Amino acid sequence: MIPPAFEYHAPKSVPEALGLLGRLGADAKLLAGGHSLLPMMKLRFAQPAHLIDLNRISELRGIREDGGDVVIGAMTVENELIHSALLKARLPLLAEAPKLIADPQVRNRGTIGGDLAHGDPANDHPALAMAVDASFVLQGPQGQRTVKAENFYQGLYMTALADDEILVAIRVPAFAAGTGWAYEKLKRKTGDWATAAAAVVLRLGAGKVTHARIALTNVAPTALRASAAEAALMGQPLSDTTINAAAAAAQAVCDPAADLRGDRDYKTAMAGQMVKRAIRAAAVRCA
Amino acid sequence: MAKKQIVSVQLNGKAVEEAVEPRTLLIHFLREQMHLTGAHIGCETSHCGACTVDVDGQSVKSCTHLAVQCEGSSVLTVEGLAQGGVLHAVQEGFYKMHGLQCGFCTPGMLMRAYRFLQENSDPTDEEIRAGMSGNLCRCTGYMNIVKAVRYAADQLQAQAAQTKKEAA
Repeated sequence: MIPPAFEYHAPKSVPEALGLLGRLGADAKLLAGGHSLLPMMKLRFAQPAHLIDLNRISELRGIREDGGDVVIGAMTVENELIHSALLKARLPLLAEAPKLIADPQVRNRGTIGGDLAHGDPANDHPALAMAVDASFVLQGPQGQRTVKAENFYQGLYMTALADDEILVAIRVPAFAAGTGWAYEKLKRKTGDWATAAAAVVLRLGAGKVTHARIALTNVAPTALRASAAEAALMGQPLSDTTINAAAAAAQAVCDPAADLRGDRDYKTAMAGQMVKRAIRAAAVRCA
Repeated sequence: MAKKQIVSVQLNGKAVEEAVEPRTLLIHFLREQMHLTGAHIGCETSHCGACTVDVDGQSVKSCTHLAVQCEGSSVLTVEGLAQGGVLHAVQEGFYKMHGLQCGFCTPGMLMRAYRFLQENSDPTDEEIRAGMSGNLCRCTGYMNIVKAVRYAADQLQAQAAQTKKEAA
């Protein structure tokens, strides 16, 4: 399978890329890792006349600390997240979870920004970003604006990213001391998307939940923040009763599409299971 | 048809300059333009790993990589593994431990094993399975592939120890 013909552009800077995007408009697509876009082009689901390859823009890569935040360049690849000492120390969830994404070769190419901006509900980073309260830095001809992860997704493959904007960075507040975290993903095999997955970030104080963020992957047209599930835990001690209540609240917001991974009931039930497992795994990590 | 572009790559240690269409995938560039047919076309969707090659010291699935993206890169394919007629340790391992049956996945397995053992020179069997998890084999059941990679790891460690001894 060979992609349809296109003109290839490899800008060296964000302003250069924005200039191309402004000039070529809707005929252009941004190329990040290419592991969603190139297969879609082979199948003619996408036929852009121009590809703007972001891989030569070094300022879009890397992970740095900025005050209490960690800033991740949008073109940082999964294997860089996995091996980042900074993430392991400040946001270990974002170093651990990418091990469950794709496979070793694909993790050399697949980027966090591409995963987030594609708007595919099967991608793992959107729910992770919601769980860690990430903000996305979007740069356009008028400058930068910031959108919270939970406000970014509007529908299947639809996001707040405008046609003339590039997602340049992901900004995440570092975990407070004692934060527990987990990403539980049910998949059939290496490289598969989730049948259902849940990201949980948790803090406990005096035996009760003082902070809870719960987000779900691939059980609705977009990743979901399960606010009702969080509310079921807040101020409560962790017990079978409260964990089951959180799982039930998460299941209530699921709206999955049936496919070879399972029917709607099965996926919804598995989302509940992933929430339970993730809460328990996060609780063990709470200091 | 979009205009062809010139790409300059180090291919198996040799400088190569070729005109390619932007849409030419690395796998097609290697097989059809450079006549290096070692890397195989399997699933074409970056799942099976039969097309795995090494680009700038990283394992990459060449079915999901454009040839134009390799400008200035160093590309190593299975044809570049053996040196001076001597098999690389991973090739010897797959031969000695019967790490293949039909052989279709083998070039990709070899290239991934080659890079994996530089990322982790003393892996456990579990780490070998995780490190090789982007490569599918439909014949062997993987047991002998794990043994082949283990064999290569031992050989490479012995070679490294020998080199160190000679240097001392």
